[in-house]
Amino acid sequence: MRYKLLTAALAATAALQFAGPAAATDLEVTHWWTSGGEAAAVAELAKAFDATGNHWVDGAIAGSGGTARPIMISRITGGDPMGATQFNHGRQAEELVQAGLMRDLTDVATKGKWTEVVRPKSLLDSCTIDGKIYCVPVNIHSWQWLWLSNDAFQKAGVPVPKDWNEYVAAAPALEKAGIVPLAVGGQAWQSSGAFDVLLAAVGGTDTFLKVYKDKDAKFAAGPEVAKVFKAADDARKMAKNTNVQDWNQATNMVITGKAGGQIMGDWAQGEFQVAGKTAGKDYTCLPGLGLNEVIATGGDAFYFPVLKDADKSKAQEVLAETLLDPKTQVAFNLKKGSLPVRSDVDLNAANDCMKKGLAILAKGAVIPWTDQLLSQDSQKQKEDLFSEFFAKPEMTVEEAQKRFAAIIATAD
Amino acid sequence: MSKSERPSRLFRNLNAKVASIPMILTALVVFVGGTAWTVLYSFTNSKLLPRLNFVGLDQYYRLWATPRWLISIENLLIYGVISLVFSLVIGFILAALLDQKIRFEDTFRTIFLYPFALSFIVTGLVWQWLLNPDFGIQGVIRRLGWTSFDFDPLYNSSIVIYGISIAALWQGTGLIMCLMLAGLRGIDEDIWKAARVDGIPMWKTYLFIIIPMMRPVFITTLVIIASGIVKVYDLVVAQTSGGPGIASEVPAKYVYDYMFFAQNLGQGFAASTMMLLSVMIVIVPWAYLEFGGRKRV
Repeated sequence: MRYKLLTAALAATAALQFAGPAAATDLEVTHWWTSGGEAAAVAELAKAFDATGNHWVDGAIAGSGGTARPIMISRITGGDPMGATQFNHGRQAEELVQAGLMRDLTDVATKGKWTEVVRPKSLLDSCTIDGKIYCVPVNIHSWQWLWLSNDAFQKAGVPVPKDWNEYVAAAPALEKAGIVPLAVGGQAWQSSGAFDVLLAAVGGTDTFLKVYKDKDAKFAAGPEVAKVFKAADDARKMAKNTNVQDWNQATNMVITGKAGGQIMGDWAQGEFQVAGKTAGKDYTCLPGLGLNEVIATGGDAFYFPVLKDADKSKAQEVLAETLLDPKTQVAFNLKKGSLPVRSDVDLNAANDCMKKGLAILAKGAVIPWTDQLLSQDSQKQKEDLFSEFFAKPEMTVEEAQKRFAAIIATAD
Repeated sequence: MSKSERPSRLFRNLNAKVASIPMILTALVVFVGGTAWTVLYSFTNSKLLPRLNFVGLDQYYRLWATPRWLISIENLLIYGVISLVFSLVIGFILAALLDQKIRFEDTFRTIFLYPFALSFIVTGLVWQWLLNPDFGIQGVIRRLGWTSFDFDPLYNSSIVIYGISIAALWQGTGLIMCLMLAGLRGIDEDIWKAARVDGIPMWKTYLFIIIPMMRPVFITTLVIIASGIVKVYDLVVAQTSGGPGIASEVPAKYVYDYMFFAQNLGQGFAASTMMLLSVMIVIVPWAYLEFGGRKRV
């Protein structure tokens, strides 16, 4: 009751404020892009949307997706939906769609010929449930990158490695020079993500798909995956002196040469850029750890909750179109450090690492990412396992693999 | 006697009863109703949204086969025993010392109670910095010259829960001290005089006369400490977020993570039902002692 009054009062004041300048429709957009580069990128989206005569009300939620998603979901399920919201495309919003809380965008998609322009096709597939399109992919983020500090390797007197195996071989030299060979932050998703990257790189694309797509538990307990666990064990030993929590602190260790390298998604590139480092000269990036050059097509997408207000529903359509506009795509992705979802845009301003990514994308060497293949529940169990594995040296590789196979057996 | 002269029990103190209806309703609907709903849905396979699709005890089987839950329970036990024993012992000793009619008692009392004014989040952050090996206690002592000094409980899986307990004790002991002090002040001065006349040493008076007389205070304190133990969450989040690895996870954090991050309500509900069970184990005997006993007097 009190809440309703409060909302009414707020709505009244908001209406008073915005009654003046024309009939611009306010649309609240929630997202978790709050770091420097991310905020600059989202400002591009807001600018493009405001240019259509509507008004972007920024609803940034600080913290990572883990903090923001529960807030967004409880707002939607609690009957106070925002105009649009970010999720990672894939299965995070699956149940909200099934419960009929998200808007069907098929009409807008047909009008904009999304099926033709969006590339790779798998992006739109993960927005599609029962033949209807429910989200707008805005970028492609891939995890498959190894970032190496050229300075660190020079100091240790070894050449910058060209793939994971050389890197592991160079680890003792790095350690002798007082450098942490591999930086892995303490947050659970980082160690879990690093393992997934190893699975695709050391194990190969087929292994990755057999484990996460087919959810073959027997295979996950077998010798192919054992090889990956051996690599994860190397990674664990190389990372044991990291002692930082956040991913950007770990990236910073690579930037300052305190660590030899880091397995992290392409969002780490923004940190190198902010620090004024040049790809190729100060740091080296190896997609697919130099072993298996594929990139995963994870990323961000916008979902539109069902709204009662007709004006706002109209504004939602405009926003959906704006997000996929070629100009918006270029402006947004250059700031974000991610790859655009359209192939018909020009990205001359992209740096070396981004160009490597674009080339792989053009070759079609893409795999779906765990956000698309696994439920949040299975992901969380995996995170628990790998954060324990990386923090606890006495946990054996065999035990970890056994528990991994058990998670895959019940995964959905 | 006519009926009108002796109103039925139901209508006695009618005003008070009407006034308490909202609270009774809140208690029934929110507490009892919410609890029943949670227990019911813990037998379903609800994911992001609650669904009545019963799967029997599956969520419980999974819960008790999950290493993280087992570690959480183990941590809760260690943390529980430490906070129970140490906050009672330290709290009582501090109260007994303050009770010696010392000067500046008010000042000391304020100092000891002050940490309680801080939330667990603030406490957790303060102790996270104090226990950080580079900037905290270890760093300071190493800089003083003792370079082999090692004290980094938050970064060592096997002792991290003790590091968390230190912060909890620092925060909570002041309150226990105040409760104990109130109890001590409630003891009749004559008892002390009688004990002194009989030549009983002070520590014996405390142990065998005063403490048994303070039974109600101890029981209240026990319930306050115990409920604080079961629900510990924010302190862990602020200090270690469950790390290193999953070495300092606690049940409340498991519930939150599985309900909201893992989008698995059923699993979260099963875990919270287990927590409810452990609270019941604490509360029911206490309620029996407190309320059941009074009727006999």
